[in-house]
Amino acid sequence: MKYIVAIIQPHKLEEVKQALEAVEVNLMTVSNVLGQGRQKGYTEIYRGAKEVGGLLRKVRLDIAVNEEFVEPTITAIAKGARTGKGEVGDGKIFVLDLADCVRISSGERGGIAIG
Amino acid sequence: MSSVLVLGMTIPGLAFFYGGLVRRKNVLSILMQCFIIACVISLQWVLFGYSLAFGPDTGLGIIGSLEWAGLNFVGGQPNADYAATIPHQVFMIFQAMFAIITPALIIGAFAERMKFSAFLIFSVLWATFVYDPLAHWVWGTGGWLRNLGALDFAGGIVVHVSSGVSALTLAMLLGKRCGYEQQPFRPHNLPFTVLGAALLWFGWFGFNAGSALGANELAANAFITTHIAAAAAGLTWALIEWQHHGAPTILGAATGAVAGLVAITPACGFVNPMNAIFIGILVSLFCYIAVVVIKSRLGYDDSLDAFGVHGVGGIWGTLATGLFAEKAVNSAGADGLFFGNPKQFLVQCFLVIVVPLFAAAMTWIIFKVVDALVGMRVEKRDEIVGLDLTQQSESAYTVVE
Repeated sequence: MKYIVAIIQPHKLEEVKQALEAVEVNLMTVSNVLGQGRQKGYTEIYRGAKEVGGLLRKVRLDIAVNEEFVEPTITAIAKGARTGKGEVGDGKIFVLDLADCVRISSGERGGIAIG
Repeated sequence: MSSVLVLGMTIPGLAFFYGGLVRRKNVLSILMQCFIIACVISLQWVLFGYSLAFGPDTGLGIIGSLEWAGLNFVGGQPNADYAATIPHQVFMIFQAMFAIITPALIIGAFAERMKFSAFLIFSVLWATFVYDPLAHWVWGTGGWLRNLGALDFAGGIVVHVSSGVSALTLAMLLGKRCGYEQQPFRPHNLPFTVLGAALLWFGWFGFNAGSALGANELAANAFITTHIAAAAAGLTWALIEWQHHGAPTILGAATGAVAGLVAITPACGFVNPMNAIFIGILVSLFCYIAVVVIKSRLGYDDSLDAFGVHGVGGIWGTLATGLFAEKAVNSAGADGLFFGNPKQFLVQCFLVIVVPLFAAAMTWIIFKVVDALVGMRVEKRDEIVGLDLTQQSESAYTVVE
C-alpha cells in the first residue's frame, strides 16, 4: 500500500480527477493549501505597503492505493496536472509507504479497506 | 431621514470599512466597538452630551450648561438658533449621529490592541471632554470659535480633525501592534472594506446635505460637492498608486473616496462644485503622502489610518474652506481667500492649530487616566490570539462545523 500526496495547480483539479477516474481511482481527499516552490508569487500592495507574497494557492490530493494502482495513479495525476509548457509551478507528487488502513464503518483493515 | 443615513455610516458603514481591514482574528472586536459606541454615545448624548454641546452657553463660549440635560427644553418646537424649520428634537437626534461617528472613527488607530473596557471608558470620556466642548466651540450658540467666524459646514474640524488628531495621539501612546513591520498585515476581507466605503459614501449625503437642515438649494449644493469631491479623490488615489506602484488598487480607490468625503465635509455648503474637484484631487495627494510616505518614516502604527485619512483630510478640508468659500453659494457663510477675503483663511488656519492642540492634550490626559484605571492595552498573549476570542469570546469564522 502506498500513500500518494500530490500538490497541483488549482485550475487543474478537474482534469486530474477525470484522469484518475479513467484508471478507476475514485477515492481521494482534496484540500486547499498554500505553497511555495520555484514559481514566483505576486506582490500585493495595501495602502502603499508592499507584501511580497511567496505563497500561492495550490490544491493537495491525498490518495491511498494498493500496489497495482501506484503507477497508474502517478501517471494519471501527471497527465492531468501538466500544463505542457515545461514551466515551473505544475506541482509535485510524493509517494509514501502506508502501514495500515482501516474502514471505520466495517472495521476492515489493510488492502481491502482501501478501495 | 438624514439622521438615519448618518447612523448608517457608523453601523454598518464604518464598521465594515474597518472590519475588513483588520486580520480575521479581530473583525468582531471592530464590529462590536462600532456597535456599542452607537449604544453608549446615544445615551450619553440624550442624558447630558447634547446639553454640553448645544445647550445655553455658560458664559465664556467654552461649554454649554446642563440646562438641557435629559432633553429638558428639547421638544417639538423648532429652536431658532440652530434650525428654525425643523423640530428641535430632529436637530438633536441628527447631531447625536455625529457624536456617535466621531469617537468611532478613532477606532481605526487603536484597532487590534485596545482592551474593551478601556475602550468604553475612553470613548465616553472623549465624547464628554473633547467632542462636546468642540461642538460647542464651533457650532453652539455663543461658542467662541463660532463667534470668531469659523466655518465648518458638516464637521470637518469638529468630527474629522478632532478624531484624526486624537487617533494619532492614541496610536503613539499605545505603541505598535505586535509584529508590526516584521510580518505582513493583510486586510482580511477587502470586499467588506469596499462595501463599508460605499455605505459611507451613501450615508455621507445625510451627513453633508443633511447639515443644510432642510431640503433646499443649500442641501443640493452640499449634495453635489460631496459627490464630486469623493469621485475626484477616489480616481486620483487610484491614479497616484498606478503611477507610484504600478497598479491601481480597490483599497486605494475606496480610501481616496473616503478622504474626499472627509475633505469636502467642512466645505460642502460653502464652495461650488468645480472647486470641489480641486479639493478632492488634492486631498488624495496629501493623504497618500501621509499614509504611504510619512507614516512609515515616522514609524507610528495608526492601524487603519484614522489620522492619515480623517486627520489630514479634515485639516485640508478646513483650510480649503478658507480658500474656496464664497457667499454666492451660501449667503450665511463668508468669502474665502480666493474670493478676496484673506481673513477667513487665517481663521481656518487658527482652527487647525487650536483644535488639534486641544484634542491631542485631552486625549493624552484621558489616556493616562484610563491607563491607570484599567490599562489601555491588552496583554501581549491576548493580542496574538486576537481580540475576538479574548475580548468578545466569539469568533467570526468557524473552520469546523
